[in-house]
Amino acid sequence: MRHEARRHDAWVTVGICRHKDRPRTRDYIEHLIGGFEELRGDRLRADDAAVVGGLGWFESRAVVVVGHQKGRDLNEQTQVNFGMARPEGYRKAQRLFALAERHRLPVLTFVDTPGAYPGVAAEEGGQARAIAETMLSMARLTVPVVATIIGEGGSGGALALAVADRVLMQENSTYSVITPEGCAAILWHDAKFAPQAAEALHPTASRLLELEVIEDVIPEPRGGAHHNPSAAAARVRVAISDALTELDAIPPLERRRLRRERFRRLGSWIEGAGPYAMSAVPLGPPST
Amino acid sequence: MAASHSRVLREVAALSPLEVQFESRNGAPREGSFWSCPTCEAQTDRAEWRRALSVCPHCGYHARVGARERVAQVVDHGSFTEEWGRLRPLDPLKFVDLEAYPTRVRGAQAATGLSEAIVVGTARIEGVDCVLAAMDFGFMGGSMGSVVGERFYRAVERAVADHTPLVAICTSGGARMQEGVLSLMQMAKTTFAVDLLNEARVPYVAVLADPCTGGVVASFATLADICVAEPGARLYFSGPRVIRETTREELPEGFASAERNLELGHLDAVLPRAELRTRLACYMRLLKGGVRNDGTDTAAPGQWAGGDLGRRVAGETRRASERARRGIGGARRLAEEATRRAKELVAPPGRESE
Repeated sequence: MRHEARRHDAWVTVGICRHKDRPRTRDYIEHLIGGFEELRGDRLRADDAAVVGGLGWFESRAVVVVGHQKGRDLNEQTQVNFGMARPEGYRKAQRLFALAERHRLPVLTFVDTPGAYPGVAAEEGGQARAIAETMLSMARLTVPVVATIIGEGGSGGALALAVADRVLMQENSTYSVITPEGCAAILWHDAKFAPQAAEALHPTASRLLELEVIEDVIPEPRGGAHHNPSAAAARVRVAISDALTELDAIPPLERRRLRRERFRRLGSWIEGAGPYAMSAVPLGPPST
Repeated sequence: MAASHSRVLREVAALSPLEVQFESRNGAPREGSFWSCPTCEAQTDRAEWRRALSVCPHCGYHARVGARERVAQVVDHGSFTEEWGRLRPLDPLKFVDLEAYPTRVRGAQAATGLSEAIVVGTARIEGVDCVLAAMDFGFMGGSMGSVVGERFYRAVERAVADHTPLVAICTSGGARMQEGVLSLMQMAKTTFAVDLLNEARVPYVAVLADPCTGGVVASFATLADICVAEPGARLYFSGPRVIRETTREELPEGFASAERNLELGHLDAVLPRAELRTRLACYMRLLKGGVRNDGTDTAAPGQWAGGDLGRRVAGETRRASERARRGIGGARRLAEEATRRAKELVAPPGRESE
């Protein structure tokens, strides 16, 4: 298939990744995971419906699945808070990661969220630390971890479920440090500049592959995954299966070390020359 | 007190190639010989205010301080050596909003005299050796880009290699949008760094200063062994504006303040700036206190070392005794090997005994 995202501009991709009919995490679970048993609750105080998780069979092996769930109709959307997780949701994810590690089950995550829920109760319930601890618990796993970005990969709320050995992205999904609207409001002082912000942020799969933030772009049916969800899911299955096969060949502690190296490399910096502060700054293209 | 205050001033003078700029709450340098407090509006002689560590002597309002001044305030005189100052940002996305990213960086460099939003190095605090990282809100809102992530990671690697505690003074508006998703990745990268510290059992203390928000507070800042904040510091993941616009919620009095966070159980203490030095040294001594002063270790072999290696040594010791019990050969060799490695772990080659 073709990589349509390359032809579109980023703002069009943002529209597709947020399309109301785009398949959600539960749809992919239905297509890819056999005998899914949902597990609920963070074992502390609540069950956050914005994060869905459980056990099931992927091809011939048992796995732990965790993902953000965006609703389809308004009723479900309200119930799952538009896929914006609260601290309880992230703590539920941590609990499931611990379960996976204890029983040596690979972890598959599905990322689809505008971001973590920005509310007073969420803040006061420790949203920041919940996200940080979720990343740390993923960092410590020795079982294989594959994250798939299936829609909107919004900020820290998305990254909390994407500290993985392999990060895969559907071609019309996005992954960004901030929503285009949020970025425009801050840097352009007006949310109307969201299309410009979307271009500037380079949130598309093809670009993130170049930046080595993700390992693979999963092609979608023409026009986007919502035009043919089962064909889209079949593509996702192949990509996850390939990633797991690769990861199975690596010993557990080595897998964890390589995951650390993977994230340690990410970024763009240079060892400058010249005196400490006020010298000419090499902000041009990398010298390498 | 007077002696230590003049020490601070000497330290500031020694560190800064430029005239040190002190910032008001909104980040703009203020001129004139008086400093006026934004909360109680009292006028204070600027030199006196500096001697009071940029805290209002009338109402105790803690003004923001830059990274250099911060370093000078907490370290023993002359003990700070900056490291990795030559790491510089690149512009991977060729990001242009109302201004190009390189223009913004150069502007921030000119305004602060810093090359990036974090200053890291080795230091001594009340006689305790440590690695110190201090962020500067004046540098593009203390935003975390690739250089902040890389300097923090290297600071951690140094702390692990030297078995010295890490102190991070965090103040940030979050991830640096101009580096796009690469700045988001710094959250994961710094989290992996904290994992290295934990695995090596190296003490890590974080000080959250106003404001500490977004990607920094949701990564390395809140993952410390001990997490303290300055009075009045605002600490949140999502800001008041975003909360109001998304949820239309009314924000309660004192929302996200350090004091409120202490009540809610998110912090270990709220410390006035004048106490910071002493308490940091105290925390570090306590966290390192499991090792006796005569150099012998009170805990099991491998206490200081990476968990994996420590566990391996423990396993070898166990296997050796098992083989000896069952009269199987090779027990002695295994035991000797385990003992040798345990010794290395407790006092790694080249590490000074205390």
